[in-house]
Amino acid sequence: MTIRTGLTLRTLAVLPAAIVLALPLGVCAEELRLLTWGGYAPDEVVQAFEKETGIKVLVTLSNNEDMISKLRATGGAGFDLAQPSQDRITSAQQEFNIYKPIEFTKINQAQIIDSMLAATRKNTAIGDEVFGVPHIWGTSGLIVNQSVAERMKDWTDLCGPDLTGKVSYRMRRPILIGMAFAMGEDPFEAYADAPRYESMMEKVGEALIACKPNVKAYWGGGDELINLVSSGEVVAAEGWDAGGWKLHDTKPEISFVAPKSGALGWIDTFALPRRGKNDEAAYKWINFVMKPEIAAQITKSAGNFSASKGAEAFVDEKLKANYEASFDQAAIDNIKWYPPVPAGLEAIEGRILDRVQAAK
Amino acid sequence: MKSDGLRLGTWLLLGPALLWLLLLIVLPHVDMLLVSLRQRTGFGQYQTSTVHYLAFFTEPLYWRTFMRTAVMSILATILTLVIAFPVAWYIAKMVRGRVRSLLFMACLVPFWVSELVRTYGWMILLRETGVVSGFLQWTGLASGSVEMLYNDVAVMVGLVYASMLFMVVPLVTTLDSLDDCLIEAAYDLGGNGWSVLREIVIPFAMPGIVSGCIVVFMLSLGNYLTPVLLGGKGSMWFTEQIFTQFIVRFNWEQGAAFGVLLLVLSSLIVWLGLKLTRQSFTEVMR
Amino acid sequence: MSLQTPPIDLQCQNLCKTFGSHRAVREISFAIPSGSFFSILGPSGCGKTTLLRMLAGFLEPDSGDIRIKSQSMLGVPPNKRPLNMVFQHLALFPMMSVGDNIGYGLRRRSVGADEIRRRVADVLKRVGLPDAAEKRVDQLSGGQKQRIALARCLVLEPTVLLLDEPLGALDLKLREQMKIELKQLQQTFGTTFVYITHDQSEAMVMSDQVAVMNHGRFEQVASPQALYYAPATPFVAGFVGDSNRIEGRLVGGGEGPRILSRHGLSLAVSPAGEHPLEDGAGVEAFVRPESIRVARGVHDMASDNQLVATVETVLFDGANSRIEVRESVHQLDLLVRLPQTHEFADLRRGETVSLGWMSGQTLCFASGGGDGDRGGGQGGRG
Ligand SMILES: Nc1ncnc2c1ncn2[C@@H]1O[C@H](COP(=O)(O)OP(=O)(O)OP(=O)(O)O)[C@@H](O)[C@H]1O
Ligand SMILES: [Mg+2]
Repeated sequence: MTIRTGLTLRTLAVLPAAIVLALPLGVCAEELRLLTWGGYAPDEVVQAFEKETGIKVLVTLSNNEDMISKLRATGGAGFDLAQPSQDRITSAQQEFNIYKPIEFTKINQAQIIDSMLAATRKNTAIGDEVFGVPHIWGTSGLIVNQSVAERMKDWTDLCGPDLTGKVSYRMRRPILIGMAFAMGEDPFEAYADAPRYESMMEKVGEALIACKPNVKAYWGGGDELINLVSSGEVVAAEGWDAGGWKLHDTKPEISFVAPKSGALGWIDTFALPRRGKNDEAAYKWINFVMKPEIAAQITKSAGNFSASKGAEAFVDEKLKANYEASFDQAAIDNIKWYPPVPAGLEAIEGRILDRVQAAK
Repeated sequence: MKSDGLRLGTWLLLGPALLWLLLLIVLPHVDMLLVSLRQRTGFGQYQTSTVHYLAFFTEPLYWRTFMRTAVMSILATILTLVIAFPVAWYIAKMVRGRVRSLLFMACLVPFWVSELVRTYGWMILLRETGVVSGFLQWTGLASGSVEMLYNDVAVMVGLVYASMLFMVVPLVTTLDSLDDCLIEAAYDLGGNGWSVLREIVIPFAMPGIVSGCIVVFMLSLGNYLTPVLLGGKGSMWFTEQIFTQFIVRFNWEQGAAFGVLLLVLSSLIVWLGLKLTRQSFTEVMR
Repeated sequence: MSLQTPPIDLQCQNLCKTFGSHRAVREISFAIPSGSFFSILGPSGCGKTTLLRMLAGFLEPDSGDIRIKSQSMLGVPPNKRPLNMVFQHLALFPMMSVGDNIGYGLRRRSVGADEIRRRVADVLKRVGLPDAAEKRVDQLSGGQKQRIALARCLVLEPTVLLLDEPLGALDLKLREQMKIELKQLQQTFGTTFVYITHDQSEAMVMSDQVAVMNHGRFEQVASPQALYYAPATPFVAGFVGDSNRIEGRLVGGGEGPRILSRHGLSLAVSPAGEHPLEDGAGVEAFVRPESIRVARGVHDMASDNQLVATVETVLFDGANSRIEVRESVHQLDLLVRLPQTHEFADLRRGETVSLGWMSGQTLCFASGGGDGDRGGGQGGRG
């Protein structure tokens, strides 16, 4: 009995010590823990980077909300580089303090399209500190089946007649903001004025409740949207340009349409988590993927264009053709770029979305 | 000396379990409770408050969503019981050997794939351009395509399907221990099928029924993917609401309050259920 | 006692039941008079339970008829038959109190609640457990459970009560006591009992009539005394009570039939059984240990059959002490009951004894009539 107890005791005492000792030992090679979107770190790019720098890249796929939640939960630890959209950086930073400022001296700025770099710097700045570098940009608009293409010109057309049970959108920000633009409002201008924004959103909410019979289902994830549209069950949906173009490649009758009131433009950035451990590797990654050839590879896998100067030259012709079919110069000029979201707006939008979902 | 050694041994054996309980169950819940009791007043500033609990009771959407979730879960539990009981009876009493393990396997098969895949399976079957609809049109039973997805019935089907095993296993276990002689004796003394079921089989199987029901109810209540993916545009599930608060709205305080409320209210419902069926928790868990 | 023969409660005609190729019950016919205690005695696996389950209605016979009070029971479900069954493991309902267990059958007959309570209390008093109604089943002792199981059936006043080895699970002491109690209960209730057992002592002590069953057949139906003194078949002779079995050929002669064993021993026998004995045919003879007189030393025993043998083993068991002896010339082993006199108190192994018994106590049957099975090892010795 005594012997056995002694043994158990010793084993138990040694076990945690062994685990603690083993942990730091496991980290021998240099690592970059990357929190990013699907398609932004394709295997061939990761391999090329590893070959060039010897740094191992650990990719975690995510989305805007998930990135903020993950970083918030750890106070900005666990990852060395994140890729939130530029409009979601400042509020999250002010609220949860999860990022650290970018040192622009370490970035090869010559590789980045100047206008985008400038816009992102402006949009992700708090005081003198800037938290974002642009990477990939894209838009939200309408994914439309040929059968109704004639009638699908703007967001509000999703709620048009004869579309009962044939429409889908996601119960998130883009549909609210798109509908507001199509209804002749300017929600971005109202960002700073919460009461005005709220009343605007209430109007949008009513429109969406009235629109409910048209909705077949609210989509939640990309594959759900693709199932609904490619099966033909849904003929018009709110969605991302890249998704629309991908669908077009397999089903030519489906195309991405920039709404008349403007497609909603987003820019995904690079941001450094506050307690990231390997900033040097992060900067190396940024400079690496902004090289035109590499950026073109990422464009191919993500379906969206990047802020890398001269990358178009390397981009697939088919993708370029898709892009040009959806956007003429006027449509490009008309893209409504998301400005930074002030804190508290999400609560207003949440209430409206809840109300729409609960309505009969 | 010996008893000391024994006691130490017991503690050491219990230690990991207790530690696990404390670290992974108790502490997160305490933390959740604390988070739920604060209110954001500015950037990174909080004060103690119960507004998030009040919001649950004052905002009809929230408690209606909870009620809906609870009622649907109870319904799913009852349906699962009604379907699982004959199945369990068949497995426990009618078949032996290979057939029996095969049937058990059949109940287990859905769990070899992830919940997501299972739910997508149902979507493929039930959607407008799906298998069932196609079959109905092929046989001429339906003239146009039929949409069976995105409604409460689909959610119910998904919930019952996902819960089946957790009802069948405890039922088979209790019914297995029911001596056939008891049933024969009941018949011999003048009972008929219905009265034997009501007076002998069900009372005997009650511990299994109740523990199965508790598990299925809790699982349904806490299910996320099934109601979200199969549910219609007006359908809301309480866990979805919690997810939304935490992840989409960054409102951890509200989400935590909902989490605590879900825990308390579901415990309350289970307690009520036990009271109504006059079962004691310790007896059921024996 | 009335001189009139009592009416027949239960009657079976040519009952048969086959499981696959196994004929569990074959051509069984019997009739049980009202109020009697009828036992079915047989070795394990001989088909007793199968027969009883057919009577209760849980099995449908392949052919034959079952009549209760001359009403055919074929096609009548178990819950509609005017008989009840006490199960081998009693099958008391664990989720009900004792009172509810007993009241179960009455509730099924829609008897009023007050009436049920009265009758339950009454039957509990009669089985000697007046305060048990509120108890849970698992609070009862083995013997009490036994009585409750009986009360649960008797409260329904069935025409016939079937009992399937109800004492099997009890320990020896309790079994002895319950044997007597069961008999008394049967007499006070006056119900017809059909009692299954493989224990001959149970059957002998309690029964008015015993049917000895073997391989799905009734070998003999008779009173315990008749079975003991006048077995109709070699199986019965070997199965009921202890017997020494001697194989040989029949030799006729002036002083009556004799058996000549393989080793040349010749013994006077009296023919028994339904098959006539032929000269020279193979036969088997049975002698009970208690029929053999014994004396120490070499004496003339003044009996039809006499032997001198050596004691091999002394099996001391109080009043039931026996010895195993061996007659070496003809290589015959015998089991002999020791008389309860002081004379044999110091009998030792290796001593010489004289044995003697009468031809009337040596029952001789034609062999080969049965199917080779000679009972459950109760007494048959070669
Ligand atoms: N349902 C059945 N299917 C096939 N064979 C069976 C079935 N029930 C009984 N038997 C066989 O019939 C024979 C008689 O069985 P039964 O149970 O009647 O014996 P028993 O005399 O009651 O024996 P015991 O004293 O051991 O209880 C056995 O050989 C048994 O294997
Ligand atoms: Mg039996």
